[in-house]
Order: sequence, then structure tokens, then C-alpha cells
Amino acid sequence: MLKLENVDVRYGPVHAVKSVSLEVDEAQIVAVVGANGAGKSSLLRAVAGAEKINSGNISFDGRPVNRLAAPERVKQGITLVPEGRQIFVSMTVEENLLMGAYTQDQVQIRSGIEAIFDRFPNLASRRHSLASVLSGGEQQMLAIGRAMIARPRLMMLDEPSLGLSPILVNQLFELILELNRQGISILLVEQNTKMALQAAERGYVLELGAVRMEGKASDLAADKSLAEAYLGDE
Amino acid sequence: MSGYLSGLIGILGINIIFAYSIYVTAATGQLNLGGAGFQAIGAYSCAVLSEMFGLSIPFLLLLSTIIGATVGFLIAFPILRTRGVYMVLATFAFAEIVAGVILNSDSLGGPTGLVLSDYIETDVIIWSTIGVVVFCFYLMSTRIGLAMRAVHDDEAVADLLGVNRRAVQVGAFAIGGALAGLSGGLYALYFGFVEAQYFNAFLSIFVLLYVLIGGTQTAWGALIGASFFTLVPELLRMGDDWRFFIFGVIIVVMMIWRPEGMVTRQAIDRITLKLFPVVRRHG
Repeated sequence: MLKLENVDVRYGPVHAVKSVSLEVDEAQIVAVVGANGAGKSSLLRAVAGAEKINSGNISFDGRPVNRLAAPERVKQGITLVPEGRQIFVSMTVEENLLMGAYTQDQVQIRSGIEAIFDRFPNLASRRHSLASVLSGGEQQMLAIGRAMIARPRLMMLDEPSLGLSPILVNQLFELILELNRQGISILLVEQNTKMALQAAERGYVLELGAVRMEGKASDLAADKSLAEAYLGDE
Repeated sequence: MSGYLSGLIGILGINIIFAYSIYVTAATGQLNLGGAGFQAIGAYSCAVLSEMFGLSIPFLLLLSTIIGATVGFLIAFPILRTRGVYMVLATFAFAEIVAGVILNSDSLGGPTGLVLSDYIETDVIIWSTIGVVVFCFYLMSTRIGLAMRAVHDDEAVADLLGVNRRAVQVGAFAIGGALAGLSGGLYALYFGFVEAQYFNAFLSIFVLLYVLIGGTQTAWGALIGASFFTLVPELLRMGDDWRFFIFGVIIVVMMIWRPEGMVTRQAIDRITLKLFPVVRRHG
């Protein structure tokens, strides 16, 4: 479904993503793990169209999307939940969701928003409150709800568990698995390597912008050298 | 209506339209400190077209608006290359250039200004003001308005959600230019005289303050801000010197107590709840 071939992203002298090739199949969860500064976020931003790639190829459903602007890629079904739950703080909860539906057919929006509120009752009770008053966990749910409303076929999540309590992290991963069961492909970037590799079918380990290892998520999680280097031996 | 009152309403209407020209860009997250330049373009366009071609009043106002919009659209491209404080400086520089060009052009009257033989009554300004206020409230309630606020909050995320950020920002400058042009045209026709010295840096600063102190979160801000700062000095019957003093005090107080401006979304929510406690708000 999503295919990256030898993608490079540079910021001036910094070579953030080095010739990365990666694939996400239909209804699959794929995790990208790695240390800080490994180029994970840059990779997702490149797929979303927020970052230009310097070389390589990104295709979605077999069609190249390299030249499409970010809004076009949203219409194709690619959404990104950015790092740090970047919700619109001066807007209400409902307006945030409306923004997620920006590219959608106007008629479908109402039912879409109600579906999100059914799923997240916490958000429903605060639909007219400013999003800035939500707790961290609620803001993350809102950010995901906002991405869901665009009816994506591929949802990319950048460090969704950042700053959440362990209970909320569990809820978050349950939600990710549920979205996946509904047929949405997930490309997940996480520092919480253990959780990410448990949820995912396949995984990639990024190191200094390049893919160091790839394979079945369970194999990666079991890999001794990787465990020592990245996963924190327990 | 007494001459004094109609004169006050006239300048109030012009100030409100002018404030909305700045509000539209501010609501999108761009500070325009070149308001006077855009208004001067509208005023001088109106004066020149009136004298040279003797066009009818509606046509003069329409052309002032269109010329303002065109300048706003074109200037948006270089100005949007800058951000933050540099954008403020770039818009400020633009206004200085406009004033400089007018002062040095004999055909525009240079420092002596231009006299118009056409004129309008206060009711034209009243209807224009009502039209602009309704338009701006409507604009902010549409999905374009929502996109503008999204760009204001976070450009990068708005982009990710499918908003054509560039189009929204350029569009805001064009609409702002149009409204400033209209306010300039009204000014020229109402006072029958334009001079470059009126469109100075203070005017740009004042109109930006109307908007910032009124609040940029809702379309009420520009209306309340412009009305407050036009009417209060009149009510207090203070000279221009005291106006600066009042401005200074109010700005400091506002920065401490209400950094988001007089009218915030929360304040409106509270008022709505008080007035209509039973009705649940939708949308």
C-alpha cells in the first residue's frame, strides 16, 4: 500500500533520512523504532508531504505521491498525527474535529463527528469547550479523533504515547489495534519500543537516519543485540 | 443628526472597516503594521479616479476596494516570506514606501494632498460598515474562517490536515487590502481631501492596536476595539496628547490582564450561557 524506495531527506548539511526503503501493506501495523534523532519523525513528515524528499520515491497504492502537496495526500487517505498532540488550542473540541474533516465531503462530516464522540465520551461531554482545557490524554485522543475523521487508509502516529500515563498508554494501544482491525493501516513511530513492537506485525529499526534492521516485529523484539542497544534490557 | 454626531459616526465606521482589514490577517496569524499604506492606496485611488474620470460614487468605492485587494494580493507574496517580527517590519516598510511615493509624486499632490469634488453622506458609511461587519462575521463562521484560525494556531498542522496554507494567507492579505482600500475610499469621499501625512505610522499602529486589544479570537474583537478607541477619547473629551497616555495605560493593563484581547471566545461562551442558559450551543 505504502512503499518508500531509497528516500533521502536532508536539512542543509544534515542528512536526516538516508536511503530508507520501507513498506506498509494493507491493514498492517508497522512500527519504526530507534533512538532520538534517528530520523523517525522526518520520515513520517516526508510521507505526509510536510517535508520535501531529496531523492527516492514514495508511492501509495502503486502511484507515486512525491509531487503531491500535503493536502492532496490527505485526500488520498494518508494522515499524520503529529508529535506532541498538536491540537488547535484556540478552538473548541468540535472545531478541532471539523478541521480534521477539512478535505471531506461536507455532508458526511456530521455523522463522522458523531461517530468520534460515540467512541470518546470524554470528548463528547466537552465538545464546546476549548481544546486547551483538555488533559494530556484527552488531547491525544482528540488528535487521533481528528485524524480519524478524514477517513484515512493509512494513519501515521508520531510518538503517540509521549507524556501519557501507563494506563493511558495501554488505552492508546488498544485504540490503535482497534483502528487497525477496521482496516486502517498504521505506521507507528515510537520511543516506547516494547509496546510498539508488540502491537506491530513488522518493524524497522532506524539508526542515524538509515534502516539498521527490519523484519517481523516479534523477531526484532527478541533480538538480543537490539534489546541491549535500544529496548532497555529488563 | 447633528453635524458632530454624524461626523463621529462617519469616522467610527471608517475605523471599524479599517480595523477589519487588519483583523482578517491577524486572525490568520499575520500582523500587519502597514495598515495606513493600504488605506492610503484606497484613498488616493478614489481621489485620482474621481478627478480624472468623474466616475460615480459606487464605482469609485468598488475600484478602491479592488485596487486595495490587488495590492494586498501582490504584496502578500514577498511579505509572506518573512515571519514574526520581521513580517511586522516588512508591512511597516511597505506603508512607509507608499507614503514616500505619494509625498514625492507631483501628480498625487505631493505634501499638499488632493481635493475631491465628489462627496458622500454618513449613511453610505453606515451601510458599508454594516456590510463589512456582516461579511466578516460570516467569513469567520465558514470553513474558510475555520481554516484561517487553524493557520493562526499552527501552520504546520493546518497544512497536514489538508488546508492550503499559502492560499489562506494570501487570501487574507487580499481581503485585508480590499477592506483597507474601501475604508480609504470612504475616507477620501467623506472628508473630500486626502494628504499623505494623515496616513502615517501612528495610524498603522493605532489600527493594529484596535484589533489586538479588541481581540483576534472572534470577529467581535475588531468591532469592539475600533469602537472603544474611537468613542472613549471622544466621551472623555480629551485631546490627542492624552489619547497616547490612555493607550499606553490600556495596553499595559491589557497585557497583564487580558493578553488575548478584550473579547475572547471564553468570554463569549460565558455571555451566551448567561443569556440562554437552557439552549445548548451547536456549532
